[in-house]
Amino acid sequence: MGNKQTIFTAQQLDAYQDCTYFTRKEILRLFHRYRDLAPQLVPLDYTNQPDVRLPYELIGSMPELKDNPFRQRIAEVFSEDGEGNMTLDDFLDMFSVLSEMAPRDLKAYYAFKIYDFNNDDFICKSDLEKTLNKLTRNELTEDEVRMVCEKVMDEADLDNDGRLSLEDFQHMIVRAPDFLSTFHIRI
Amino acid sequence: MAARSVSFDADAHFMETGVESPLDEDRVHDSFTQLIHEQSRDLSHTETMEMNSFDLEEETRDDFPSLSCADSCAGVPEEAELTDPLVETCWSTATLRVLSSMPSRTIGRSRGAILSQYYNRTMQMCRRRQSRPSIRSFSRSARPSICGYRVETDAANFDREENKRERLVNNLQNLSENDRVRMLRAIPLSLHEKRELRLSALRKPGRSFSRNEIPCCSQLKYYIIIAFRHSWYSWLSFLSSLQLWQTALKRVSGRFGTGVLSYFVFLRTLLFFNVFLLLVLCLFLVVPQAVRPPSLSASPHLYGLELLTGAGYFADSVMYYGYYSNYTLTKACNGARNQTSCGFHLSYNMPLAYFFTIGAAFFITCIILVYSMSKSFGQSFRIDRSKGLLAMKVFCSWDFKVTKKSSVRLQRENISIQLKELVAEVNRKEVKSSLLQRLSAFSIQLLAWTICVGSTAGCAYAIYCFSEYMHKDLQIRVRSSSNTKESLLLKEASLLALPVAVSSINLLLPGFFNTVAWMEEYDSPSKRNYVAIFRNLMLKVSLLGVLCYHWLGRVALEPKSVGLECWESFVGQELYRFLLMDFIFTSLDTFFGEFLWRLFSQRVLKKERKPVFDIARNVLELIYGQTIAWLGLLFTPLLPVVQVIKLLFLFYMKKTSLMRNCQAPRKPWRASQMTTFFITLLCFPSFLGAAVCVTYTMWTIKPSASCGPFQGLNTMFQAGKKWVEQLAKDNPRLTWLTWAHTYLVENPFFLFLAAGIFLIVIYFHSQVVDGQRKIIELLQEQIENEGEDKKFLITRLQTIHEQKRPFSPRRVRGASQLGLSRGNMWTI
Repeated sequence: MGNKQTIFTAQQLDAYQDCTYFTRKEILRLFHRYRDLAPQLVPLDYTNQPDVRLPYELIGSMPELKDNPFRQRIAEVFSEDGEGNMTLDDFLDMFSVLSEMAPRDLKAYYAFKIYDFNNDDFICKSDLEKTLNKLTRNELTEDEVRMVCEKVMDEADLDNDGRLSLEDFQHMIVRAPDFLSTFHIRI
Repeated sequence: MAARSVSFDADAHFMETGVESPLDEDRVHDSFTQLIHEQSRDLSHTETMEMNSFDLEEETRDDFPSLSCADSCAGVPEEAELTDPLVETCWSTATLRVLSSMPSRTIGRSRGAILSQYYNRTMQMCRRRQSRPSIRSFSRSARPSICGYRVETDAANFDREENKRERLVNNLQNLSENDRVRMLRAIPLSLHEKRELRLSALRKPGRSFSRNEIPCCSQLKYYIIIAFRHSWYSWLSFLSSLQLWQTALKRVSGRFGTGVLSYFVFLRTLLFFNVFLLLVLCLFLVVPQAVRPPSLSASPHLYGLELLTGAGYFADSVMYYGYYSNYTLTKACNGARNQTSCGFHLSYNMPLAYFFTIGAAFFITCIILVYSMSKSFGQSFRIDRSKGLLAMKVFCSWDFKVTKKSSVRLQRENISIQLKELVAEVNRKEVKSSLLQRLSAFSIQLLAWTICVGSTAGCAYAIYCFSEYMHKDLQIRVRSSSNTKESLLLKEASLLALPVAVSSINLLLPGFFNTVAWMEEYDSPSKRNYVAIFRNLMLKVSLLGVLCYHWLGRVALEPKSVGLECWESFVGQELYRFLLMDFIFTSLDTFFGEFLWRLFSQRVLKKERKPVFDIARNVLELIYGQTIAWLGLLFTPLLPVVQVIKLLFLFYMKKTSLMRNCQAPRKPWRASQMTTFFITLLCFPSFLGAAVCVTYTMWTIKPSASCGPFQGLNTMFQAGKKWVEQLAKDNPRLTWLTWAHTYLVENPFFLFLAAGIFLIVIYFHSQVVDGQRKIIELLQEQIENEGEDKKFLITRLQTIHEQKRPFSPRRVRGASQLGLSRGNMWTI
């Protein structure tokens, strides 16, 4: 409970606690996870907020993300530069949204951005095809992929404009009880 | 190039802006109506003859697309048949600009939109805490929208991003601490920006805490609040570090997924329930009694089977009902047995404490169970079940927790198979299987059900006869009254026969049911799951019913015939034995079912298939064990200790066996629905049954006359009544309490009334849910209509733009390509 750590100032820790779903201990533990990815790049003293950005290759090599087919999109969505190179803030943000306590709306928002490969704020057919390919790799034939995309569009597209907007996506997520438990990474 | 030739009136917004980046949106963010005005103004201002002459042709051109649409749509019976669009329309750049500035497009990424949205939400939260001002007194831009999701599109009040941010920061300041933290965490901005928002919100002078401040004590209160917050955070950290088995659960979920994880999470939940019961009972019952032990004639015989039978040495210990005294415990006041007055003394009314502690423990457990059940139900309930399965499978089925490579591969295969099945199911025309096939399927199912129900009934009857036989056997042994060591040992060992029989039936019969279910065919795997669970549940419920009848209906009524002074202690010992046997048999099952089976299939059968972890069966075992623990609470206050130890052992054993011997399940497992279902099972048959049995015991059965806290009374319930009467006698002002007790608590009419009101409330709520379902359908239709409107308006816009470019080759092409086909209308 005392101020035994010198990595962050008390105000920084308070700020992190207020803005993420983590407690103090978890934030420190996450910091050490972040640092373990590249001990020579990440200083032990964050009190003056150094600008340290870990490249995507290091983030993508974390055991929690290594085999996840969407790891690149996850890193891109949560990183400031959009390329997957993450600062500590981005790192904490990512795991906070993917934690157990994040509410459904927040998770749905970021899930939408992850599945939106071309970043146009809509999930169009090509995004859907890319998602399916990442999900199933080579298991489905071309025809089956096309059929699945069509059916998904039929089911989820409410205003019939041929692509899913954020509202369509959220409407579908509300009806999926498993979303909260699957869109969750334990760290 | 065509873009430059289009001139818009006056609006600098629509000049050369590349609208690729939504950060430019503050330049193009304008209202739709204003734009339409501009278009029509432009149209009327045009001077070229071609435009005028084209007015006539515009009509025909407008009809042409509708004609072409009609042509393409004519042969199609239903909308669902229209698949990919025949044409991919190219919109002009002007139209593209208009489209990109539509309000619905700007909700996604732009910071301005997010800030507006959260400004509205914070406005609502602020509003809730103040008295409600009239909505007219606010300017249009500040009026909160109904659902908080709409972006302000007020052209008159053109908000720049900084303004929005300012206002959001202002709102954040006015919120209370908790609300601010909650709002900050939920805003979908990057952490960096959130920290800046927070800093601005906290930095503004004079507004860092609640509004009802007395300025003179502000400094002290500020420090108190800060100290409180720090201690609250450290308490949360401590609690989260207590997160039992966090790494173990992570490893399990990483390799086996959410389905198997739900079993272990359920185990942990049960552990917490039992720890709570343990604390309550220890604090209020065990400790006071252990400090003031009664003088019983103890005859400790050590047989060596004590740990298994719970009798012998343990029989007269604090573990069982018989140890507890029926008088008020007082502090050492020359060892008086009854209440004496010796100045200031601590008195502890043991019977009352026993009665109320058990009652309170059950009541609190009930509330916690119902609360967690309703929470879980709320998360997993879907109002309309039929649509959207495929979309949900695509977007929500990838389990992000799975980390092991082989499990990832397995998950991928599973999802592909499920997608293929779903697509095939959706595509398949209704194949009406012939009458003969349906009849044969039905008869096979009927046969299977008959076998299962028959075997369950048979086993229940067998246990009934066996228990009667053991009862008679015990009577004989007691009557023979030979005190040789062997006969006593045999007597103790014979007590183990019934638990062994019941546990072996519990172990073997579900396997038999699974074998029978092989020959059946079910439409969906979840239906198969439910059927298996139901059969298993039926078996366990009937066995427990027979046993409860045996204890409460046979042993309790004539305890003397089996030589029992204290039938409650005997029943407590029985329950202890059952719990222990259940644990032993589960360990044996894990060992044989998983470890040896894996060895067998690998060495002998030479297959790589490891056994699959049967989630449903294991969860039902847990529920069965917990039911026994709840049943035994009245008779054995220390039973939660046994249950806690058992659960701890079970966790590590199951986890080790899982990691070494099992493979991930191949069938889909809807984790959250199943979790809801299991908590419901824990609440309804299990807890309710235990509570009913305990209530029946307390209400009807005569307690033993010579042991326990309720000796001498007619029913255990009378302890409470006696206390109330005693209170009324001592304190004449409390006579209403007796009245209340007689007419409200003892009178069943009041309970019927309460139950009736409860049912009516539930009925009303279900009607509300039905109404909401209808509203959802109507709203979906409305959204579709709005979508059609939008398409129509945009194509009209396009035609207007087309007319402004008299010699554009695209227009000629565009006219013939304007199809109102469903599906991808624009590819941008």
